[in-house]
Amino acid sequence: MEQLLYASEVVVNGLMTGVMYALVALGFVLIYKASGVFNYAQGVLALFAALTLIGIQQGQVPFAHLISAVTGMHLDSFGWTVPSLLAILLTALVMVGLAILIEALVLKHLVGQEPIILFMATIGLAYFLEGLGDLMWGASVKSLEVGLPQGLSETVETMTDSLFGYGFFIDRLDIWATIIAAVLVASLVAFSQYTKQGRAMRAVADDHQAALSVGISLRFIWVMVWSIAGFVALVAGIMWGTKSGVQFSLSLIALKALPVLMLGGFTSIPGAIVGGLIIGVGEKLFEFYIGPMVGGATENWFAYVLALLFLVFRPQGLFGERIIERV
Amino acid sequence: MLYREAGDFKTSYRDDSQTFPLKLDRWGYYAALAVAFLVIPFVITDYWANSVLVPFLIYAIAALGLNILTGYAGQVSLGSGGFMAVGAYASYKLATAFPEISILIHVLLAGGITAVVGVLFGLPSLRIKGFYLAVATLAAQFFLVWLFNKVPWFYNYSASGQITVPERSFLGWIITGPQTSASAKYLVCLGFAVLLAWVARNLTRGTVGRTWMAIRDMDIAAEIIGVNPLTAKMTAFAVSSFFIGVAGALLFSVYLGAAEASETFGINKSFLVLFMVIIGGLGSIFGSFAGAAFLVLLPVFLKNVLVGSLGWPTDLAAHLELMIVGALIVFFLIVEPHGLAQLWRVTKEKLRLWPFPH
Repeated sequence: MEQLLYASEVVVNGLMTGVMYALVALGFVLIYKASGVFNYAQGVLALFAALTLIGIQQGQVPFAHLISAVTGMHLDSFGWTVPSLLAILLTALVMVGLAILIEALVLKHLVGQEPIILFMATIGLAYFLEGLGDLMWGASVKSLEVGLPQGLSETVETMTDSLFGYGFFIDRLDIWATIIAAVLVASLVAFSQYTKQGRAMRAVADDHQAALSVGISLRFIWVMVWSIAGFVALVAGIMWGTKSGVQFSLSLIALKALPVLMLGGFTSIPGAIVGGLIIGVGEKLFEFYIGPMVGGATENWFAYVLALLFLVFRPQGLFGERIIERV
Repeated sequence: MLYREAGDFKTSYRDDSQTFPLKLDRWGYYAALAVAFLVIPFVITDYWANSVLVPFLIYAIAALGLNILTGYAGQVSLGSGGFMAVGAYASYKLATAFPEISILIHVLLAGGITAVVGVLFGLPSLRIKGFYLAVATLAAQFFLVWLFNKVPWFYNYSASGQITVPERSFLGWIITGPQTSASAKYLVCLGFAVLLAWVARNLTRGTVGRTWMAIRDMDIAAEIIGVNPLTAKMTAFAVSSFFIGVAGALLFSVYLGAAEASETFGINKSFLVLFMVIIGGLGSIFGSFAGAAFLVLLPVFLKNVLVGSLGWPTDLAAHLELMIVGALIVFFLIVEPHGLAQLWRVTKEKLRLWPFPH
C-alpha cells in the first residue's frame, strides 16, 4: 500500500513533468505542421526567450559585456525594472521580431531544399541563438521570477493526507504549468480551427503549392507560425526557467521533446500532449522502480530508448500521419 | 594555364578510373603526403600538434566515418559522440587487460567493437527513416554515455570515474601517455588517417559504396533493383562506427590521455562531427578533411584574434565563436549545400579554363 502510494505520487509528478515536455514539443509540432521544418532550435528559442525576459525585467543593457570589452565603458543596467507582465509582452514582441528575421534571413533562402538540410539549418540557428543569448545577456545562471507560485502545494497535501493518510508532494508551479498548458493548447486549437489565419495555416500545412495557388502568402504564414512557436517557447521558457533557473541546460529540454514528438507523431498536437505525458510518467516510474538497481540517472536516456523501441513497431508514432512511400 | 588536362592521355580503364585522374592532382597529392610524413614530423611543435594537427587528423577520421553513414548511405546519425566513447573505453579496457599487445592493434580492435555496437544501434534504421532515425540515434548517444558513467567496470573502478591511458610504446617510441612527443602523436594519427581515408575512398567507389548511394538516393527503388537494404545499411553502420570508434580511441589514448564519458563524449561532440561533415560536404572524402580542418582551425583562429590580439575575455570569444559557427552553418547550407568540397570542385573547374574562360 505504502509502495503504491509512493508510486502514484511519482505518477502524478511524472504527469506534471510530461506537461512541461509537451509545452516544448508543441512548438515543434506547430512549425513542423506549417512548414515541414523540423525545428531543432525550439529549445534554444525557449532559453533565449527566458534570457530576454529576465534581461528586460531587470533592465539589463544588451551586449553589456561586449560593449565594455570593446569600448572599455562599464555598463551594466539601465537602472530600472520592468513589471513582469509588460516584460512578457515586450519579450513576445522580440520573439516576433526574431521570427521575421529568421524567415527573411534563413527560411526564405531554403525553400524547396530537402528536409534534412532545413533541419541542419535549424541546428545552426540553435548555435547562433545560444551564442547570441549569452552575448546579449551574459552566461551566468539566472533565476526567473514572474510571480508564479512555487513550492509545496499545501491544499493537495492536506487533501491527499485526509484521503489516503499520506500527503502527496506536488509543486504548485507544476499545477500552474498544467493549467497554463491546457489554456495554451485550447487557444491554439481554437485559433487554428476558427480564425482565418488559422485556417490558412492549416492549408499551408496540407499543401504548400495549393495554398499558394489560392492566394495564401506562404511567407506571412511562416512568420506567423514562427512567432507562435516563439510565444510557446516563451511560455515554456518561463515555466522551466522558474522551475530550474535559466541556464544553458534549458535548451537541452528541446532534446527531451524529441522523443515526446516521436511517440506522439510529428504532426499531431494531441500527440505532443499524450507523448509528453507518457514520457513524463514513464521516466519517473522507471527511475523509481528500476533506477536504484542500475545506478540511477536513467532519466537521461529512458525517453530516447522508449521512443526508439516504440518506433520500431509504429514508425509514424501514435497519432502521426501514416507514412506512405512511393518510388 | 597551370592546371589542365591537355596532354594527359589515358590508355586504359584503370588509368581513367583512378582516384586522381589528372597528373597534376596526383603529384600534388603525393607531394602533400611526402610533406606530411617527411617534413612536418621534424618541425612540429607541441602547440601545433596539440591544438591543430592532432585534433584535425582525429576529427577527420570521425568525419570520414559519419560521412560514410550520412553522406554516402543517407542515414543521419546524432550518436557519433556515443560511438567515440565506445572506441575510447574499448581501447582503454583492452590496453589495460592485455598490456603485452601493441596499442595500435587495440585501437583497431576498439574500432571493431564500436562497429558491433554501431550495428546494434543501427538495426532500427531498417524501420525508421529520416528525422525519426536521427532522434533514435540520440538513444545511442545518451544511453552509451550513461552506461560508461554508471558501470564502474568500464573505468576499472577508478575513484575519479575517469579513464587514463597507460604509457605504451611502438618500435621504441612512446606513443601514449604524458611523455609522448609531439611528432609521435602526430605520426600515429597521420598513419591512421591516411590508411582509413584510403580504405574509405576505395570502399565508396566500389560495389559497397554504390549500394550505399543507391539506398541514400531512394531506398525503395534501390530495393527493387536488387540492393539488399539490410546488408547495405548494416555495412554502412558497421564501417562508419569502425571509423568513429578508431577516432574515439585515438582521441582518448593519443590526444587527451584521459577522458570522462559525459564531458569528453557529450552530445556536442556528435553535433561537432555532424557540422564537419555538412560544412565539408556530404558524400566527399576530401570534404571530411576540409570540414574537420575548418572547424578545428576556426576556434583557434578566433581565439588568437579575439583573445590574443583584441584582448577580449575568453568567455566572450567563446560565445562569439558559437554565433559564428552557427551562422556559418546556415550560410553554407544556403549558399553551398554541398560544402567546401563543392567549392573546391568549382574552383578546379574554373582553373582548368583559366585564363581563357570562353
